[in-house]
Amino acid sequence: MSTTAVPQQVEATMPAAWEGFVAGPWVDHVDVRDFIQRNYTPYLGDSAFLAGPTARTTALWERLAAMFPAEREKGVYDIDATTPSTITSHAPGYIDEANEVVVGLQTDAPLKRAIMPNGGYRMVLNSLETYGYEADPIVTEIFTKYRKTHNDGVFDVYPPAVRAARSSHIITGLPDAYGRGRIIGDYRRVALYGVDALIAAKKLERAELDMERSVENVIRDREELAEQTRALSELKAMAASYGYDISLPATTGREAVQWLYFGYLAAVKEQNGAAMSLGRTSTFLDVFLQRDIEAGVLTEEGAQEIIDDFVIKLRIVRFLRTPEYDNLFSGDPTWVTESIAGIGEDGRPLVTRTSFRYLQTLYNLGPAPEPNMTVFWSDKLPQGFKDCCAQVSIDTSAVQYESDDLIRDSWGDDAAIACCVSPMRVGKQMQFFGARVNLAKTLLYAINGGRDENTGKQIAPVGAPVEGEVLDYDDVMAKFDTMMDWLAQTYVDALNCVHYMHDKYAYERIEMALHDRTILRTMACGIAGLSVVVDSLSAIKYAKVRALRTADGLVTEYATEGDFPTYGNDDDRADDIAVWIVQTFMEKIRRFPTYRDATHTQSVLTITSNVVYGKATGSTPDGRRAGEPFAPGANPMNGRDTHGMLASALSVAKLPYAEAQDGISLTSSVVPTGLGRTRDEQVTNLVGLLDAYTLSNGYHMNVNVLNRETLLDAMEHPENYPQLTIRVSGYAVNFVRLTREQQLDVLSRTFHGAV
Amino acid sequence: MTITDERQPGAPVVSLGMPLVGGSHERTQGHGTSGLATAESDDRSARLAAVRAGDVGSVHSWELVTAVDGPGTRMTVFLSGCPLRCLYCHNPDTMEMRRGTDVPADELLGRIARYRGVMKATGGGLTISGGEPLMQPAFVKRLLRGARAMDIHTAIDTSGYLGSHLSDEMLDDVDLVLLDVKSGDPETYRRVTGRDLQPTLDFGRRLAARGTEIWVRFVLVPGLTDDVDNVEAVASYVASLASVSRVEVLPFHQMGRDKWTELAMTYELEDTQPPTPELVERVRDQFRSRGLRVY
Repeated sequence: MSTTAVPQQVEATMPAAWEGFVAGPWVDHVDVRDFIQRNYTPYLGDSAFLAGPTARTTALWERLAAMFPAEREKGVYDIDATTPSTITSHAPGYIDEANEVVVGLQTDAPLKRAIMPNGGYRMVLNSLETYGYEADPIVTEIFTKYRKTHNDGVFDVYPPAVRAARSSHIITGLPDAYGRGRIIGDYRRVALYGVDALIAAKKLERAELDMERSVENVIRDREELAEQTRALSELKAMAASYGYDISLPATTGREAVQWLYFGYLAAVKEQNGAAMSLGRTSTFLDVFLQRDIEAGVLTEEGAQEIIDDFVIKLRIVRFLRTPEYDNLFSGDPTWVTESIAGIGEDGRPLVTRTSFRYLQTLYNLGPAPEPNMTVFWSDKLPQGFKDCCAQVSIDTSAVQYESDDLIRDSWGDDAAIACCVSPMRVGKQMQFFGARVNLAKTLLYAINGGRDENTGKQIAPVGAPVEGEVLDYDDVMAKFDTMMDWLAQTYVDALNCVHYMHDKYAYERIEMALHDRTILRTMACGIAGLSVVVDSLSAIKYAKVRALRTADGLVTEYATEGDFPTYGNDDDRADDIAVWIVQTFMEKIRRFPTYRDATHTQSVLTITSNVVYGKATGSTPDGRRAGEPFAPGANPMNGRDTHGMLASALSVAKLPYAEAQDGISLTSSVVPTGLGRTRDEQVTNLVGLLDAYTLSNGYHMNVNVLNRETLLDAMEHPENYPQLTIRVSGYAVNFVRLTREQQLDVLSRTFHGAV
Repeated sequence: MTITDERQPGAPVVSLGMPLVGGSHERTQGHGTSGLATAESDDRSARLAAVRAGDVGSVHSWELVTAVDGPGTRMTVFLSGCPLRCLYCHNPDTMEMRRGTDVPADELLGRIARYRGVMKATGGGLTISGGEPLMQPAFVKRLLRGARAMDIHTAIDTSGYLGSHLSDEMLDDVDLVLLDVKSGDPETYRRVTGRDLQPTLDFGRRLAARGTEIWVRFVLVPGLTDDVDNVEAVASYVASLASVSRVEVLPFHQMGRDKWTELAMTYELEDTQPPTPELVERVRDQFRSRGLRVY
């Protein structure tokens, strides 16, 4: 027998759809990564090969674009208020049936939103009322009388401490009334294997489970598997309603996109998750597209047209949400995050022509926040791709970057981002989204012995408040440390309740059907207000901070005298405090057992809710006034970073990823001239900055390249900027869809003239 | 805060609608040196000796900048003190050395070493600016030597008025000179700066003869430096220097106005407007017509 490893072509007994593919373990069991590794063609060139939009693409997009003003005006375009959404609930919908290359909508018409009551019926009622729709009496009766929701379940079990912490906004944004999201189905499996094979695999998993004793966790697993299998059958039925039989693997590039999209579509028909991310699909799909191109049955223009159409569909994913929700998340985000590029474990770049094609949609269709284009950046990426990314960033601001090295080291080379910065192995890992706690408020509670600085109410257990006029660093630190103990315990308690009930009443059937049976679960805790706390502690340590009390002894204001080092200047005196906070809170979180033995993780990420968190928080010792916004994510406070954008970023880069494995978000804004005199210079300098940041262990960076004048004009004339996209803490938003307050906040952030 | 000046054309600074922390975070003396240990000495003569030896310098601030002050991302160190009194100065707080903070050269070199990786990744380096760095030649010499020893690209941003302070030995450690030629007509130069033009002209020629790379900067102020003949004189001089690789015409702006007020100094350009785009183009064309690469 030969011992040489000859690439095995797929054998005759295997599906014809796999013809030309190199076989491997992936043919015997579900293993998409193995398929990609054996079959993808790295592309090391530049963007010159790319094609513009076809007339068909442009016409289709324009048809939709004509509907956007009405949607923006009213908040929604239309709602189907009577049909709770399931995978198969709605008849097929089209934008323009004869001219769509990839088909499928969430409901029977574009931009028409569905109701998804399983998360909580009150959110549905509030949304309908806001937009002037009548709730259906039968649906209302079902979800108030016969069918319990996730939201009902959570409030049946929350202990008083959690309720108090929740209503005082020290723990906020918990997914207890809406879908938790942040779960990425491996939608690629639908294309590679076909649904029948996936059902067969689930049946095998069930057989394994049937051999185990029927104890609580085994019973739960069996029920979940049964639901998963049912969801896969529904997926097939939904595709069939569009005239597609997806029982078997996709045979062409277009089919691969269509099959994969059906998988994703099923998920967004079933779940209104806070983030409904796509995964890491471009290089996978490239294998199919490349096979067609090599066979001479597909042109570059054709390949681009398929991707453009797919992206059009991803751009019009819509959920029914309340204005309060939109305030919290800024705009109406769906976080259809797609993770692009990176370097494989074998050192080959995971960059393909389709990686470029995804970015090209930002030109062919114009800039947009969705899908959330996320590049896994490494200094080892091919130069042509790096330059292309930088160019796209400069032109559209619609790309975010994550450190490929940090993610690969922890989660391998087939991980993807859910939401903005949360990495997970695709199909092998999911997270319990934990929103976040307000650490700035926690510091104020420590100073006030557990009383809320706004209401005076005792929220945390009674502790000794700070005495005397001038704050003492060691005293405040000791009290803060104790307060964080209470917070960590209350927080994990809340999350355990939330996720128990979400699994029970709003289980993600189709998304979990596209996972392995045995998966890693993470309990993704989060902190907000990091920079406020760092600067406050630094002020107490290095300057003189006097506490000003109300008549009943509540500290509500601070008078700070003298200079103190601030976070965001690559100054270890301040940055060490930031590192201490991240490490300390993570260590405290880890002490408390989690639901389903999830692994504790943490994020430093406030999405765009820094405005909302700031509003709920009193004055802080750093000089921030009551109600003023926090900095987003792990960003330094606005305007306190005085040594340039990179020095600011290097402070953030010191936060240890190992203690914040759910991600650390940094948003940087720069005007184009701040990157260079010429286009080439700007591209070169941005590439250099991204290299420098990731080589310094920076985890994530949003790059906003814009002019202040542009934003001011957009505030006055939103109708002229329907597509103006800016990146804010891990997410690109339509600027004109932000509230005026949020727009002003964006403006007040330091625009780094010199990076 | 981000210092906006003519090196950063069109870059807006957004003021924060909130009180500044700890009294001030903008123009407090010494804040620009945060993160650097300062040299404290009560002994005036000991301090003077340290300054003379270049062990200690008067530093205004430092910043990591991109696309200005030379190629790539650079650490720019602004030194305090300047012999010129330019009417349009956007950083009048750097004019007097006494307003700076004493920082040991080793402390600054430590900070520079910290950014070696950043400089390598971005094709950047160290830029010594001011003020006028050549007011403190011994200190500059220490910094240049130290940076060169770390294989870091070096640039010096100067008016050239004190070019004679930059010895040939020091120039061996300089990769790029950012040379401000503030006017071509000696009378205008004197009106703008209060000093003579000739030392700058001599310095530029010396650099060209040595083959040291030069980026020329010219600040365009309507009614002050925009005269056609004045620009012609600058352009023909610059064109005579073989080692000039780019010319930057920097449109005057009013971002520095309130600093003059804060310092209780008389600001003559109170009502001067930034140049029109047409004027900027006219001046750039005057340089371009001599085959220079102009921005």
